[in-house]
Amino acid sequence: MSDTVFESRLKASLKDSGIAAAITLAMAFMLAGMHTQISIGGLSIDYRWAAVAVATVVVFAGRLLLNMYVWRPEGSRTVTFRMVVLGLSILAATVIFYIANQVLGTFSGVSPSEAAGSDEWLWIVIVAALAVVAAVVAKVLFGLAGTSLSKGLSKAVPSRAVFAPLGKWGPLLLGVLAVDVPFILISWLGARGSRQYLDLAILVLTYIMLGWGLNIVVGLAGLLDLGYVAFYAVGAYSFALLSQYFGLGFWMCLPLAGILAGCWGMVLGYPVLRLRGDYLAIVTLAFGEIIRVILLNWYDFTGGPDGISGIPRPTLFGIEFKRGDGGFADIFDLDYSSIHRIIFLYYLILLLALVTNFVTMRLRRLPMGRAWEALREDEIACRSLGINTTNTKLSAFATGAMFGGFAGSFFATRQGFISPESFTFMESAVILAIVVLGGLGSQIGVVIAAVVMIGGFEFFRDLQEYRMLVFGLLMVIIMVWKPRGLISTRKPTIGLVQRTGISADMVQEGQG
Amino acid sequence: MEYFLQQLINGVALGSIYGLIAIGYTVVYGIIGMINFAHGDIFMVGSFLALIMVVAFGVTAAMPLALLVLVLLGILIVTMALTSVWGWTVERLAYRPLRDSFRLAPLITAIGMSITLQNFVQLSQGARNKPVQPLISGGFTLMGGDGSDGSCVVQLSYLQILIIVMTTVLMIGFTLLINKTSLGRAQRACEQDRKMASLIGVNVDRTISLTFVMGAALAAVAGLMFLLYYGVIDFYIGFLAGVKAFTAAVLGGIGSLPGAMLGGLLIGLIETFWSGYFSVEYKDVAAFSILAIVLIFLPEGLLGKPEVEKV
Repeated sequence: MSDTVFESRLKASLKDSGIAAAITLAMAFMLAGMHTQISIGGLSIDYRWAAVAVATVVVFAGRLLLNMYVWRPEGSRTVTFRMVVLGLSILAATVIFYIANQVLGTFSGVSPSEAAGSDEWLWIVIVAALAVVAAVVAKVLFGLAGTSLSKGLSKAVPSRAVFAPLGKWGPLLLGVLAVDVPFILISWLGARGSRQYLDLAILVLTYIMLGWGLNIVVGLAGLLDLGYVAFYAVGAYSFALLSQYFGLGFWMCLPLAGILAGCWGMVLGYPVLRLRGDYLAIVTLAFGEIIRVILLNWYDFTGGPDGISGIPRPTLFGIEFKRGDGGFADIFDLDYSSIHRIIFLYYLILLLALVTNFVTMRLRRLPMGRAWEALREDEIACRSLGINTTNTKLSAFATGAMFGGFAGSFFATRQGFISPESFTFMESAVILAIVVLGGLGSQIGVVIAAVVMIGGFEFFRDLQEYRMLVFGLLMVIIMVWKPRGLISTRKPTIGLVQRTGISADMVQEGQG
Repeated sequence: MEYFLQQLINGVALGSIYGLIAIGYTVVYGIIGMINFAHGDIFMVGSFLALIMVVAFGVTAAMPLALLVLVLLGILIVTMALTSVWGWTVERLAYRPLRDSFRLAPLITAIGMSITLQNFVQLSQGARNKPVQPLISGGFTLMGGDGSDGSCVVQLSYLQILIIVMTTVLMIGFTLLINKTSLGRAQRACEQDRKMASLIGVNVDRTISLTFVMGAALAAVAGLMFLLYYGVIDFYIGFLAGVKAFTAAVLGGIGSLPGAMLGGLLIGLIETFWSGYFSVEYKDVAAFSILAIVLIFLPEGLLGKPEVEKV
């Protein structure tokens, strides 16, 4: 790069970064810099100028680096070099935040992380560093990001060659690992120590199942469902109410809850599925909220905000997990331990999740599943080929709802207590974020996303407050950067081997 | 009768606020055909900016009237300016890169932005709700006595007058802007055919950005009004207000300016009468149900044009 080129680029970059920093300053100086606090005699303001300064400096420096080394592909810089710069600047930003947090106590009022000490932040820096190293290694070894960074980033290129063996053996390995988890944990940490990790594993599996269920609707059929949690709620409340009013047990209610949720899916779906994609999203959101508000206010029937407690625990072919005669431990001649029930719950949700996955994988190979994928790609083309779009959408919607219902009744039996609090829009948003992050339509992506997002935040417990912020930001970043998913890419189940220039987004541009 | 009239006045005032937010949905939908899901949260940001300034300047009802009006006007202008920056940034970061992507993509980023904004404000300003003292009190008593005999009194507060007058002025100004200025002409051109508009020299990106800026500015006005009217806000107000304003936009016919205002008024009235005569608990259900019913049976709305599907 000659000096004049460098100079002009530096000038342009400085100007651009300056504007970005000014905008950041304008956005942050009140909302982040002036914290309104409730004090005696009304609100008062707690000033946090350091936070604003840090944000502005980070934006300026980050944008400058990006402008200089990452975004302009012309010149002699290699992709790897730019990747390294990008990674280093992310790392630098993290370190700056870390130092600011420690030294200035900038965010002390905002976050609880100062109480957690430096370990949390140190871990984040290490994880970030590892991610950068992994990205660079992957880039050097496999050329994952494509030939040119900007091209590679804007259009995800599935590198099938690399993942082909993984795709064949990966799921099997993961399955074996999942089956072994309780034994590994117990032999490693003992019955008492492993309990919280098993609980976490159950939670992650619940989200995996929900993610797979929603994946049918969003990932395969391309219908954005913002009220998925409604079906989760229907499943949970179906079981809770059936057991409360009719004394039915878990195994009786599980299919009923799924069927009921599926029926709700059809009843709600039938009128709205004629609508276009974005209207559909809003209407499902509205339905989700309606169901929650009704659950909250129908006090006589659902218990309102008090919820329902005393939901029966699941049994193993009629054997209860209790102390004393006739309990699981008694019949199998074991010493009683509460961990038995946790392990049972773990296998139960593992089974349910695997059933969800199995059914989805099979459905994808049926005409119905093919129609879902075709619908996702181009609805008008589908209709002109004679596919009944309403029925196709309805089947996807109801199938997704049914699995939501199964997961809901599992949730109810695991908690033993449910209330409308658990079924807010944010829950739908978390599930949707998992599906989007994992790559719309990718089964393994959902698993990885759920493990990272749910499990990861459970480990950085003091950062829980930031969880939804990170989810929201990731949804934006991934859609802008790699709309087909960051972790995994979805592949159509069937297609021409030769890639052609026809796809839904190009049809809009008139190239199709 | 008095009760009915009072509800009517309250409904119109509330509906004006919804109408102002609804304009943001409708112009954005008109020009790029997407639901700006984060718009409700832009309104929330505007409300918070106004709150911070009210607290920072120590504005109270005890100030001399002239000074109070001046300070509020200043706050209004700064809030509009800063909220516009937020609106512009959201568009620049989350929607512009996806202009030609598949249809669900901008909607997903919009939801992501909405979650981000909500949680950012929750983290930076705290999760508890923020009360302010009423700044503008008093009003006219239109009917009934002084209320001592237990009968209903119809009151039209100065604040309600302010809200209604402000909304009317802004509506007229905005309609003129769309219909008479070159920017409005560019917007209408982009609405009809973006590619053609760019061919005849309209700066499409700039026009779309300005549309977001205008929507955000109106949402900021609504945010300040909301703060003054209810006296308490939290980081979650954008969600419900956003859905209701979107319902208003759809009810009036999305893409239509008078439709947004009409829809806003109708939603405000329905909500007020519903809580006045039926039940307060289910008022949100009423709004959500109207949304679903309108979308299913009358998707083009009251004043909108039926949409033609293009291949």
